[in-house]
Amino acid sequence: MADSTIASVASVVVPKGGFGHEVRAALVVWEREMIRFRRDITRVVSAVIQPLLFLFVLGSGLGSLMQAGTGGVDFKTFLFPGVLSMSVLFTAAFAGISMVWDREFGFLREMLVAPVSTAAILTGKCLGGATVATIQSVVVIALAGLVGVPYDPVMILELLALLFIMSFMITALGLVLASRVKQVQSAMPLVQMIITPLMFLSGALFPLSKLPTWLTIVTHLNPMTYAVEPVRSVVFDRLNLPAEARAILDPGIWWGSYQVPIWLQVAIVVVSALLLLFVSVKLFARTE
Amino acid sequence: MTESTQGTLAVEVRGLTKTFKTVEAVKGIDLSVRTGETFGFLGPNGAGKSTTIKILCTLADATSGTARVAGYDVATERDAVRRSIGLVFQEPSLDGYLSAEQNLRFHGELYGVERISAAARRKEVLEMVGLYDRKDDLVQNFSGGMRRRLEIARGLLHSPKVLFLDEPTIGLDPQTRASIWTYIGELHKREEITVFVTTHYMDEAENCDRIAIIDQGKIVALDTPANLKAAIGKDRVQIATADDAAAIAALKTTFQLDAKMVEGLVTFAVAEGAAFVPLLFEKLGVPIKSVTVQQPSLDDVFLNFTGTSLRDAEARGSPNSAMAGRFRGR
Repeated sequence: MADSTIASVASVVVPKGGFGHEVRAALVVWEREMIRFRRDITRVVSAVIQPLLFLFVLGSGLGSLMQAGTGGVDFKTFLFPGVLSMSVLFTAAFAGISMVWDREFGFLREMLVAPVSTAAILTGKCLGGATVATIQSVVVIALAGLVGVPYDPVMILELLALLFIMSFMITALGLVLASRVKQVQSAMPLVQMIITPLMFLSGALFPLSKLPTWLTIVTHLNPMTYAVEPVRSVVFDRLNLPAEARAILDPGIWWGSYQVPIWLQVAIVVVSALLLLFVSVKLFARTE
Repeated sequence: MTESTQGTLAVEVRGLTKTFKTVEAVKGIDLSVRTGETFGFLGPNGAGKSTTIKILCTLADATSGTARVAGYDVATERDAVRRSIGLVFQEPSLDGYLSAEQNLRFHGELYGVERISAAARRKEVLEMVGLYDRKDDLVQNFSGGMRRRLEIARGLLHSPKVLFLDEPTIGLDPQTRASIWTYIGELHKREEITVFVTTHYMDEAENCDRIAIIDQGKIVALDTPANLKAAIGKDRVQIATADDAAAIAALKTTFQLDAKMVEGLVTFAVAEGAAFVPLLFEKLGVPIKSVTVQQPSLDDVFLNFTGTSLRDAEARGSPNSAMAGRFRGR
């Protein structure tokens, strides 16, 4: 034991934990998502292509059939809020499920052995997923003019806020799935299996009016419904739609005879997001 | 040296056991690691090394017994332990999509390293492992040895009191292994740090101040490498013969020596081995094809305490070897 200790010049102090430390940990996890997003342009491009196909191909293709039933509104205009939601859905879910890769490559362990709470790390991950997905949605928002939606600055800000909350919830859902999936190969199929029905049953691609009872029940149980409807509402508020067209295309969500107000819908999404985050923290704390 | 007071012990383990369902991986371990020493934990795969290190690093709970690291209890003062230790895992744990420096920055933020000193500290640890000029390269372009060095630098970033290295050289070529040990050796000159390292390479254990030999969940010997070897006091003689069974029998009856087959050769220990060889040829009565005589090595120490060579112990496997199973996807 040679005691020739040349006391290290830059020996650092690691202060006792605390809330500030937790925030720093969450922020650096967020930052890592940003760095990886910047380096992965293919991911951005491919994630935007699918929603655009829906908007312009499906929207145009089915549009002629729909014309009669939409009160004269372009079907693409109707689809726009739904496609906007779709554009964040897969990116956010992927951000959450990417924990499976972090586990495979050992980085999850680096995160979970740090002297911070699992909650801080997973919160950072959710914020990262939500930010990435929201940035991506800007590409779709930029195309609003092509489908007859005006570029209203307030609307755009409202949309970004709503999409951010929606993506936070979906990233948290991805984390819950990631805590259970150990195999990289099964991660993506699982995301497809969960996210696709969530999207189809949310009213993103069809109006919630005049649905069969069973479908109404299922859509009302789907948290995504309460995330998509405010987005549609914000967009439709800026369109000069005849009242009857609005009633068909955007009837709102009704629990029996009670129309669920927008603030309550947003609250449902926020609570679902926090609940999913809480569950993922419990599950991750147990696995490692 | 008498057992020192608690304050100067970097690691203190008492009666530690760990049972996985039906398998007893650690069967009651006691050990004390002094502050500032390089302590080696030597044993075959599946002997309980990784399990013990996981408990010490708060990654697993002990079934019974206590362990203190840097003065903190691993069971009740988890975060304090985590702040005081650096970890280099057996499996890789870097983010290949980040640069070397970004990996370190991530670590510093997670550990709450003071921002004022963080940049200087990153530079220092990167220079220590010779990676400063590669700091902006993506880790995915690094070789296995460079990644390992970066992981060691990262483990040191928050100035831990104890650095745990779990098989730091596994999967690396001999030259890189040697260089990793050079870095570990240099650590003590630059940092006030205790190093706790597990290995299943005998030659690497020679680099440690003291080593504990662990076999089947128990510590069978604990001392300096020199003392352990001196305690044997005999040379190791290995012979290849025309009839091994007859040779073993002849050694027993003629010389009263207990020989056994080790790695395909008749092996026994005898004082003054070189002087014994002429006698062997004269009196054994079984044709000898080749002879080697070796000063005692840690291999002999291992053989002496466990009755088997390390390599044979590995081949024999151990009930929990699947658990300690290693893979290195590089």
